Amino acid sequence: MQTNEYAAELSRAGANVGGRWSAALFLARRYPLGALGAAIMTLFVFTALFAEFLTVNDPLSTNSALSLAPPGNGYWLGADNFGRDVYSRIVFGARISLMVGIGATSLGCFFGVTLGLLSGYLSGWVDLLIQRLIDIMQALPLLVLALVMSAALGPSVQNVILAIAIPLIPSVARVIRANTLALREQPFVEAARAIGMSDLRIALRHVLPNTLAPLIVLATAQLGSTILVEASLSFLGLGIPEPFPSWGRMLSESAAEYVRVAPWLVIFPGIAISLAVFGTNLLGDAVRDILDPRQRT
Amino acid sequence: MASYLVRRLLLMILTLFGISIIIFTLLRIVPGNVVDILFDAGGFVDPAEKAKIEADLGLDKSIPMQYAAWIGGLAKGDLGHSYVSEKRTIDEILPRIPITARLAVLALMFSVLFGLPLGVLSAVRQNTRLDYVLRVVSLSGLSLPSFWLGMLILMAFVATTDAFPIYSAAPESFWQALLMYSVPAAAVGFRSSALLMRMTRSSMLEVLRQDYIRTARSKGATENSVNYRHALRNAMLPVVTVIGMEAAFLIGGLIVTETVFNIPGVARFLVEAIRWRDYPIVQNLVMFVAVIVVTVNFAVDMLYAVLDPRIKYSG
Repeated sequence: MQTNEYAAELSRAGANVGGRWSAALFLARRYPLGALGAAIMTLFVFTALFAEFLTVNDPLSTNSALSLAPPGNGYWLGADNFGRDVYSRIVFGARISLMVGIGATSLGCFFGVTLGLLSGYLSGWVDLLIQRLIDIMQALPLLVLALVMSAALGPSVQNVILAIAIPLIPSVARVIRANTLALREQPFVEAARAIGMSDLRIALRHVLPNTLAPLIVLATAQLGSTILVEASLSFLGLGIPEPFPSWGRMLSESAAEYVRVAPWLVIFPGIAISLAVFGTNLLGDAVRDILDPRQRT
Repeated sequence: MASYLVRRLLLMILTLFGISIIIFTLLRIVPGNVVDILFDAGGFVDPAEKAKIEADLGLDKSIPMQYAAWIGGLAKGDLGHSYVSEKRTIDEILPRIPITARLAVLALMFSVLFGLPLGVLSAVRQNTRLDYVLRVVSLSGLSLPSFWLGMLILMAFVATTDAFPIYSAAPESFWQALLMYSVPAAAVGFRSSALLMRMTRSSMLEVLRQDYIRTARSKGATENSVNYRHALRNAMLPVVTVIGMEAAFLIGGLIVTETVFNIPGVARFLVEAIRWRDYPIVQNLVMFVAVIVVTVNFAVDMLYAVLDPRIKYSG
């Protein structure tokens, strides 16, 4: 099992595996980039959770007198064309971004795991059918499928989550299926079958827990791309609807014409997206190295 | 090999067929069609006139009937007419393809030109300072949204030359045309080069651990010969797959970048058609994208068999 390997590695490296804190400290020292990613993610989650307490101005209130006001005077990242506080909108945008990111990733993983388990464990015509369905979904680029889905479902936060979750299914289902196929031949699964356990129970109690490590690796890797796809959809005007402050949408409002007169409208939301995705990517790499030592580079 | 080819081709057709059904259905569960949007904009709704337009466009028929009409047309090479411009769909799509194709080729060139050598360098110098810098650069490349990168490039142009690199249908010279396309292509290619760099690095590291590399070293081959003659050639195989995957990856980047730079290519056109509920354009364009992705995947598999003599496909 992966966890044993991980504990073994810790002791091999001479770490004091006595407490959780010392283990965390050891990991942070061993994976400094991963620790940086974890720090960025903590900041991101903290901002999303406490947005109300971190801002003074309402992210939605408009003020024509402040239209395109440069940074300063209480609006320290400036104001947009409606005179809305860019800082407040970025802080509240973290909430939307995180909600869509976590929502779409978990939904996509849920469907992907279900299909992957069914496909790998039951095999036969169920497997064949699911495989063809996955082929179909994989023949379209993520953004194209998400665009069509989002247009078909109509603009709302829930629909954007669904529109991004569906294109995530194939990659999750593939990994889980491959793992399930390998696990099915393991002696402990055979033993469970021999004592008369039902297929469903074996799949849920024995196979599923053993696919957790690759699933966590995949989910962290996907989180960054869901955040990016949400930003792209909103940028194209087919994502998060008004009045929610979405980072991608802020950039679409500030497109070409404001590049000249109000660069702060372009710079700050872009930094927010890039930082959040950078954090998840750093964390994702470290999680992969820790949980899946075979892939370590 | 022959039976494998036939099987693969049949699967490809099946996949494309499945996509056509899914896209067609998805587009029609949308509440409101193009006629609603047009009348919304006009403000005044005459039900008789609306019904007449819907009948003209074939929107009053059942969904299976509409689907049959579309596929039947496709088989005869007739892609239908755009709802918005009323021109033939093929005449709307075809002139836009070269624009996007030029961008895509330049972006892919950019990505291979930077991603491949830097990925190899990163692997050969594993765990050195250079490797760390390159890894952080590639990871941040994957984290920057390409539309934002495009905007930053635009801003840099404004700040330094006070001029916008505006798309023009008739550039004055070849060099101007090249510049006009390379700037947005670099914005798209940066992200793909980051992906390629990461994949090349891990593939190269995998190969460097193999026995035959140790053998090459022990028989006294120079470091350069081991790295570039023995390792790189073997590491290229998975990299070919990645370059194939980039086809799908690039399309996403092209969609947003064409929007930022206001380039009238086929990728931006897809977004416009989706906004307008211009079904004939959307469904044919999505099919076009699917055909490209499926064909590239097929070509990559075949190339794999040619490059790696260990792989033999059998039915």
